[in-house]
Amino acid sequence: MRHLKALNKKARRIEEYVAATEGDVFALQQGGPPGQRPHYPMGCSIVFSPGWEVDATGGTAGLCQPVERDLYDCYISCYWPAQVPDHLNNYPDWTKKCAAATKDWRNIDLVFP
Amino acid sequence: MTALASAFSPAEYRSFEAAGERLLYLVPSGGIFVLNPVSRAVLEALEHSAATPEELAAQLPFPSDAIHEAIEELHQAHAIRDERGFTIPPQTPPDRFPLQTMVLNLTNQCNLSCQYCYEFGEDKVATPEGKPKFMDWDTARQSVDYLFAESAGRRAIHVTFFGGETLMNFPLLERVVLYAEEKAKAEGRYIDFSLTTNATLLNDKVIGFLAEHHIGVTVSIDGNAQDNALRVFANGKSSYEIIEPKIRALLAQHKTRAIAARVTLTAQVTDVVRIYRHLTQDLGFHEVGFAPVTTSPNRLYAIETPGMNKVLSQFEELAHDYLAAAMRGEAHGFSNVSDTLAELHQGVSKSHPCGAGLGLVGVGPSGDIAPCHRFVDSDTHALGHISTGLDRDKQNDFLSRGHIGAKYDCHSCFARPLCAGGCHHEAFVRYGDTGHPNLHYCDWIRGWTDLCLRIYGEIAVRNPEYLDRFEQRKAV
Repeated sequence: MRHLKALNKKARRIEEYVAATEGDVFALQQGGPPGQRPHYPMGCSIVFSPGWEVDATGGTAGLCQPVERDLYDCYISCYWPAQVPDHLNNYPDWTKKCAAATKDWRNIDLVFP
Repeated sequence: MTALASAFSPAEYRSFEAAGERLLYLVPSGGIFVLNPVSRAVLEALEHSAATPEELAAQLPFPSDAIHEAIEELHQAHAIRDERGFTIPPQTPPDRFPLQTMVLNLTNQCNLSCQYCYEFGEDKVATPEGKPKFMDWDTARQSVDYLFAESAGRRAIHVTFFGGETLMNFPLLERVVLYAEEKAKAEGRYIDFSLTTNATLLNDKVIGFLAEHHIGVTVSIDGNAQDNALRVFANGKSSYEIIEPKIRALLAQHKTRAIAARVTLTAQVTDVVRIYRHLTQDLGFHEVGFAPVTTSPNRLYAIETPGMNKVLSQFEELAHDYLAAAMRGEAHGFSNVSDTLAELHQGVSKSHPCGAGLGLVGVGPSGDIAPCHRFVDSDTHALGHISTGLDRDKQNDFLSRGHIGAKYDCHSCFARPLCAGGCHHEAFVRYGDTGHPNLHYCDWIRGWTDLCLRIYGEIAVRNPEYLDRFEQRKAV
């Protein structure tokens, strides 16, 4: 904020909140938005899953596991209903044709709920 | 993004001057900001009449970009509102708030007969007939166990001893301290203790124990012998001559915690500055806190409006003393100011006036749980029994009535983030309902809050390092 200067702790929290809602998207490597360090993305990141971000060079070639693997982090191992088909009741066969995510990810079915 | 076509108007805040700057105390968030010339001009223009950003840009002598930016920032901080206003979701009292403090009323007996006493006086809420006069070990142990169990997740917990006259049951106090210290050690937690006493029963043994166990002591005393005229023994004899040497001994021997005096102001006792000087300079107390007596308005000792105005002007004089000390980086013992500054520094916005029935409960000699020590032994206000724990329905009822959301009179007041309607017990004595806002001292609270805001502003702008002492919240 340039025209308001925070004086007490609550004002500093308001400033941080505004900065966080206004701020751009941050990669983990950038250290997160100011005032929110250390910064961890909300959600599935409570499970350490290399592959969610970019590698040390900023690309995706050197990840510990393929980026396509991200789908499965939402699909099976995550307790939170994400924007992937539900494999328990309605779409048990969604990934039937995808044996290995790296090679076969194009075979994952489309789903029209 | 702000909808730029909309006209803006001031939202809720208290605007004040300090250290040559214009400051804003935002309500209800409790944030305090300093305005720069652009945001100040924008706000002053909007205080005059609502306007769109374009109108403001045309009217004010600043670049249009800066004006738009200032409007956006003021809007984000909720200092100004557009035509849609803000949607603030209603808040309900928290379910199962962990305990932090337990007040043990070790006895309901007292060796003094102070005429204004809320426990025995004309406005009492206690119904002690047929109940134990002294707490027994089983009740005290159960209470400590309950505090430990119901404060899960808190690193530090607190036990306060109260009465009656607390020291009339000193053997139990000793036993509780030793037991609770042992238990805290076993659980890897931190516990501390404090007590309030009239000082009549202090002796070397008691003082030695209090010092050894770092027990905070608050002495109820209203000033010099004449100021203490209402603090008498049952035969009418003054207590001051008895307690003066004992207080000197306490202050000389107990160095592990700050020792505080707690003054009850009445119609006859309103000389705040003189009393403060007597208690700190003549007797040597580290801190002094003042509070007007809790009473129905028709009592002889009740302070009426002219008296309260005098108290406020005396508070103001002493608060400026505090400010001068703070500018030199020195502590000052007027604890009403430090307590308020600590809350302003954090920017608290209270759902309830205090922790009663929330993070704090009182337990009476009978084991009845009360919202705080002031309601102990009252059948009407009991929130359960220590053997069965808090009655959650009664607790919820108490907290729902005391919630700021239920106090409509408070909703347009700038002091509500700090006051939240004021003491539940005072409200009951005055209005017969713990959830009633204390409307009889609104002007006073607003005057006091305004004074403390200006003092906070001066310190925060000119000597901000002084405020480091308020960085930690009391509750951990």
